[in-house]
Amino acid sequence: MATPVLDKVEAESAASPYITVTFRIRRFNPEVSDEAQWQDFRIDIDPKERVLDGLHKIKWELDGSLTFRRSCAHGICGSDAMRINGRNRLACKTLIKDINPSKPITVEPIKGLTVQKDLIVDMEPFFQAYRDVMPFLVTSGNEPTRERLQSAEDRERFDDTTKCILCAACTSSCPVFWNDGQYFGPAAIVNAHRFIFDSRDEAAEQRLEILNDKDGVWRCRTTFNCTDACPRGIEVTKAIQEVKRALITRRF
Amino acid sequence: MKIHKYDTVIVGAGGAGMRAAIESTKRSRTAVLTKLYPTRSHTGAAQGGMAAALANVEEDNWEWHTFDTVKGGDYLVDQDAAEILAKEAIDAVLDLEKMGLPFNRTPDGTIDQRRFGGHSRNHGEAPVRRSCYAADRTGHMILQTLYQNCVKEGVEFFNEFYVLDQLITEVDGVKKSAGVVAYELATGEIHVFQAKSVIYASGGTGKFFKVTSNAHTLTGDGQAACFRRGLPLEDMEFFQFHPTGIWRMGILLTEGARGEGGILRNKNGERFMEKYAPVMKDLASRDVVSRSIYTEIREGRGCGPEGDHVYLDLTHLPPEQLDAKLPDITEFARTYLGIEPYTDPIPIQPTAHYAMGGIPTNVEGEVLADNTTVVPGLYAAGEVACVSVHGANRLGTNSLLDINVFGRRSGIAAAEYAAKHDFVELPENPAERVEAQVERLRASTGKERVAALRLELQECMDANVMVFRTEQTIKTAVEKIGELRERYLNVSVQDKGRRFNTDLLEAIELGNLLDLAEVMAVSALARKESRGGHYREDYPNRDDVNFMRHTMAYREVGDDGNESIRLDYKPVVQTRYQPMERKY
Ligand SMILES: Cc1cc2nc3c(=O)[nH]c(=O)nc-3n(C[C@H](O)[C@H](O)[C@H](O)COP(=O)(O)OP(=O)(O)OC[C@H]3O[C@@H](n4cnc5c(N)ncnc54)[C@H](O)[C@@H]3O)c2cc1C
Ligand code: FES
Repeated sequence: MATPVLDKVEAESAASPYITVTFRIRRFNPEVSDEAQWQDFRIDIDPKERVLDGLHKIKWELDGSLTFRRSCAHGICGSDAMRINGRNRLACKTLIKDINPSKPITVEPIKGLTVQKDLIVDMEPFFQAYRDVMPFLVTSGNEPTRERLQSAEDRERFDDTTKCILCAACTSSCPVFWNDGQYFGPAAIVNAHRFIFDSRDEAAEQRLEILNDKDGVWRCRTTFNCTDACPRGIEVTKAIQEVKRALITRRF
Repeated sequence: MKIHKYDTVIVGAGGAGMRAAIESTKRSRTAVLTKLYPTRSHTGAAQGGMAAALANVEEDNWEWHTFDTVKGGDYLVDQDAAEILAKEAIDAVLDLEKMGLPFNRTPDGTIDQRRFGGHSRNHGEAPVRRSCYAADRTGHMILQTLYQNCVKEGVEFFNEFYVLDQLITEVDGVKKSAGVVAYELATGEIHVFQAKSVIYASGGTGKFFKVTSNAHTLTGDGQAACFRRGLPLEDMEFFQFHPTGIWRMGILLTEGARGEGGILRNKNGERFMEKYAPVMKDLASRDVVSRSIYTEIREGRGCGPEGDHVYLDLTHLPPEQLDAKLPDITEFARTYLGIEPYTDPIPIQPTAHYAMGGIPTNVEGEVLADNTTVVPGLYAAGEVACVSVHGANRLGTNSLLDINVFGRRSGIAAAEYAAKHDFVELPENPAERVEAQVERLRASTGKERVAALRLELQECMDANVMVFRTEQTIKTAVEKIGELRERYLNVSVQDKGRRFNTDLLEAIELGNLLDLAEVMAVSALARKESRGGHYREDYPNRDDVNFMRHTMAYREVGDDGNESIRLDYKPVVQTRYQPMERKY
């Protein structure tokens, strides 16, 4: 076994030059004004830090009223999806250096959901669509005493869609959803996929019927925005295609 | 102010809260109040797995698991509780599987299991495969599965409601739980929830450290609410420092990485854990590994220009294994450090991870007002609670287990209590304290800023009460915390509005952190021994004669209005196992 080379990592990290970055943030507070507006903040920050660190710096040092959701700070909880330089991303998973900090970094709320304050949107319609696809295992018959068996391949079949953190980056990047909030949206379909292709589940038909609706899976125009937006790397469009195919073939 | 009435109110929608809710919703009218959307809870960050002696891949049994838990906790574990934990583990895992949790599978189609620190076969002979897992996102899958089942059961959630006060009414000389007071983030409105039973499941308090694996929102709100109402906090000096946090950031890299064969190395490339734990090596218990890392660093064998970290080396593992078993943590290394774990070792340092202490409960989840008296109608489960199954040091994979076993138990117990009892009358002006607190912060024109005080607190905690402690460092911390508490009175917020005022809530959360940091430091100062996660360089040995006992900290308010902390002690429940020296 080779002894790892130990000094590679350090060279870079020794010096950490701060740079000055402009954050151009879409502000909205109906307690103050009905109009949203852009506001610029200039801060000094290590480009290896996250956009979330930049937002915190602004909130903690410049303007406490800047409002956004966050919790885990490492891409797991799904709180901080926002539009950064025009693309949906998690602020905690986007490093400043990776998004051209020499220009102003624009930060806006995700689209298609009602903005409540600054970067906070109303998530209720999003979660409602999720709840509507029966996102839980349905089985019949007697419970086995031990676990239900599932082969590694059957488990693998829906592995990708179990990664979803319900951040809404995909759904709020979808042009169909922007135009019509009734559309279930990619995230709900991803979570239906997670159960439709689970060998233990028995409600695939019911879920497929739900998604066969006029606001269901057929609205998808395969623009791939959702796949590009997913911070968990889920192949969202592929999952939607698989659901469409299952609707036609009734095989899953 | 709005008043609501429910049989059972659950504070928190992480693993413990939702596991409780699934039970209590079936049996009583239940409301779950949570400051985050349920799926945002930090249970979702858990990676490695959940322990249960399923014996799917090799011989194992719950008695060995009990022993490991007791030993791992440096014998401060209540052994009756540990036995329940280990026995009920098996059903807890099977229940989750039946609820839909997609565990990794063995070639036979059963739940796969892997090694984890401190879990052994036959009382320490060799590592055993006991951790049930779903890649390195076990916590994510638990949180999702429980939320899915809450949707199925129609659990009623109040999302982004911050519980800020516990209501207690004295009835015939007995202090009973009457409900809670919550602040609604969206509107700034204050809500009183009258309830027959209340369960705290509000999670940990790691945010008083700077380098931590904990979320920004883990600020000990539940512990603080109970403590301020005169209820004790148990064993708060015991905090776990996980050996492998990403250097400087604290983001966790699961112990499962070492379970899969990962190795810790110093700047000379040496596998230093061989020296400190000849049998378990890199999989010794966390307190042992964290101290070993810092010993290497202190003795000049740390890596990097400042010699302030060591390496987690995964480079000898096949890329396919990393992709299949550790996809998330390898991606963290790529995203946050720009490092490719296939070919380069990952710089790590210990990170503040888990509160062993918390609100004292018995094995039904009932909260204790002192060493023996139960507070009728009040329950706690999960990281906020101290049962105590983790003693002085929690074993990896035992917390996801704890939240399921004791979440379930408290959900059942609280609902049954509600079925048999009537509402307790609310105190007069139930929202008074919270209203005053909120108004004071909103109106304050003081010069102190929340973020600055919080950073000073975190730096002080990292420097003085982390992996190594001495009388002197702890005293420094106590003094500093006292100063910060004074300055906190002059804190003001910039956002004076009502809608989504997170500025205000951060100020309130800081108040909780300060209170709990003080309890931790004061408890640590009095424990003149080393045990588990509490290591005193001035008292490097465990002292069973004087300190085989739980700390119980109470807030006292003198006649002059001054607050102080009173310490008392509670015996440890010992059944099968006599304390022995801990060797790995
Ligand atoms: C990175 C990481 C990895 C881990 N890996 C493992 C592992 O592999 N195995 C293992 O066994 N353990 C692991 N742990 C530990 C374990 O995950 C946690 O201890 C456990 O999940 C805590 O669950 P909980 O339900 O008690 O709290 P949480 O999941 O933290 O939930 C707390 C809940 O309380 C709510 N809340 C908080 N304050 C308030 C308030 N004032 N009002 C209303 N609601 C409130 C929050 O909204 C949230 O819903 C890990 C921990 C971390 C940080
Ligand atoms: S803060 Fe949790 S995903 Fe970004």
